[in-house]
Amino acid sequence: MNIDTGHPPETAAAGLLARAADRLRRFFDSDIFHSFRTSPVTIAAFVVTMVCFVAAFFAPWLAPHNTNDVATLDLMNAFLPPVWMEGGTWDFPLGTDEQGRDVLSAIMFGMKVSLIVGFASVLFSVVLGVGLGLVSGYVGGRLDHFIMRVADVQLSFPAVLVALLLFGFAKTILPRAVQDDVALLVLIFAIGLSNWVQFARTVRGSTMVEKNKEYVQAARVIGRRPLAIMFQHVLPNVMGPVLVIATISLAIAILTEATLSFLGVGVPPTQPSLGTLIRFGNNFLFSGEWWMTIFPGVALVALALAVNLLGDWLRDALNPKLR
Amino acid sequence: MLAFIVRRLFQSILVMLAVGFIAFSLFNFVGDPVNNMVGIEATIEERERMAKALGLNDPFPIQFARFAGNALRGDFGQSYRLSVPVEEAIGERLPATLELVFVAAVLALAIGVPLGVYTGLHREGAVSRLLLTTSLIGISLPTFLIGILLILTFSVWLGWLPSFGRGVTVNIGWESNLVSWEGFRSIILPSVTLCLFQLTLLMRLVRAEMLEVLRTDYIKFARARGLTSRAVNFGHALKNTLVPVITITGLQIGSLIAFAIITETVFQWPGMGLLFLQAIQFVDIPVMAAYLCLVAFIFVVINLIVDLLYYVIDPRLRLDGGAARAH
Repeated sequence: MNIDTGHPPETAAAGLLARAADRLRRFFDSDIFHSFRTSPVTIAAFVVTMVCFVAAFFAPWLAPHNTNDVATLDLMNAFLPPVWMEGGTWDFPLGTDEQGRDVLSAIMFGMKVSLIVGFASVLFSVVLGVGLGLVSGYVGGRLDHFIMRVADVQLSFPAVLVALLLFGFAKTILPRAVQDDVALLVLIFAIGLSNWVQFARTVRGSTMVEKNKEYVQAARVIGRRPLAIMFQHVLPNVMGPVLVIATISLAIAILTEATLSFLGVGVPPTQPSLGTLIRFGNNFLFSGEWWMTIFPGVALVALALAVNLLGDWLRDALNPKLR
Repeated sequence: MLAFIVRRLFQSILVMLAVGFIAFSLFNFVGDPVNNMVGIEATIEERERMAKALGLNDPFPIQFARFAGNALRGDFGQSYRLSVPVEEAIGERLPATLELVFVAAVLALAIGVPLGVYTGLHREGAVSRLLLTTSLIGISLPTFLIGILLILTFSVWLGWLPSFGRGVTVNIGWESNLVSWEGFRSIILPSVTLCLFQLTLLMRLVRAEMLEVLRTDYIKFARARGLTSRAVNFGHALKNTLVPVITITGLQIGSLIAFAIITETVFQWPGMGLLFLQAIQFVDIPVMAAYLCLVAFIFVVINLIVDLLYYVIDPRLRLDGGAARAH
């Protein structure tokens, strides 16, 4: 490709590398990275989040046991305590449950389900909320009034209740045969639908500011269609706060999923999430096998807290007023 | 003011109609109710007669109007699972939930507001920092996990408090946990579980509002006039933080009722929430519909009261004619 200019091909690669390095250096010089580097709490939160992600998504390779494979279970290993208590072994560092399942591996596989549901439902809320907020703010008038009234009403009901109702509604409508197959989708849908309002409100607010700016007028003058203006011109300029809300929503979504699964209306028992593990472990609380409940609980709280802290930091770092 | 009330009332009625419509449409997805009521050998004529008697052949708006009329009188039909009228099943469990919510709300207010004032006044103190850090963890702890931890600590390890059910209740017009110590012991853990989240929320809210108010000129002026810090802090500052506190408290009572579902499941507390959850699991539609309508009604009433309270508390709104506050 560089034959015309007579340069050897290495320079192109070198140029690319140099540009990448430049980008990287600029990132490391940026305010955002500086505020990240100087906040030990944020670094800790980032490390915890990363550990959770890696543990969850590489669970099939990292986990000491495959809890999805019933053949590897041995009832002789049931109710083993964690390794530091009497009777615990290094084979099962955090103990085992009533069927001899390794608690640590179960947590890793469960976290994967929790994270998938969390991410998917936040993605759904973002698409729905940002879309509605953008249209609401740009078009205005009756449509705006209607969307915002619906948002108001929904906001006066707690998200858990909305998700629970939607789940109950889906359970009524869907035939029993397919319920377990689509339970995960229904859950994602229910949690996502219970969380869109914040996105819509924020995006609507910033859209109303943006739509009077000159670049939007210019786009209108050169004859771009409203939809193109909304999604190509206004959208990139209102996405900043969305990132912050999405991070905090992720923590909320993970907790909501855990709550619903704990109540027994969430993920099917064949795909246990952290909430399901806590629910099963809860049955053995009184017989003294506390590790089946507490360790999944600790994992859940650590994940939610770390994501929350990252969200807090992101909000401060992206807020120009605080710089 | 009157126009505002009328508009809010109108909105509330619209919300109730929408919720009622959702509740009503639930019934339309569970197959043919006639099939559930007649025997296998029923002839087509018998089925027709049954459908007519139940009004199933009427047009949709009439059926909905009938449903709404019955709902207004508190008649939601029979529970599929319990085989008792729904209003009876809910009426039996309503006091349990309301008592739980009441105790939790009182706890959250009685502890959250003073802690908020304290952390607002001593913002750099060690105790304040400890409280704020703890509250951050409190927000990340889901309700059901708090319940489990409390049970593990106070019931399993220490053995001080009962961990499930209402225990001993005394009949004072309804079955109550609040009049005897034995009964009160049972309500302690569930209500603490339920109130913790609201408590941290209130504390952070009051703190933020106090910090805001303490910076204003009239507080500086009050100090310059030589008023005692007690009079400034509580008479001037705290009073002006009350508007958002009341809004949030009102709205949070609604979410207390919703979160009671979780608390009641953890503690097997025989309230409305547990009934609703079981109704979802067993697809007991009359109970689901009734719970939906009842909770929506409570929410709407609370929202209405909160809006009206603004006027009582904040004299500035009465001057504007309320146009600014009506969204």
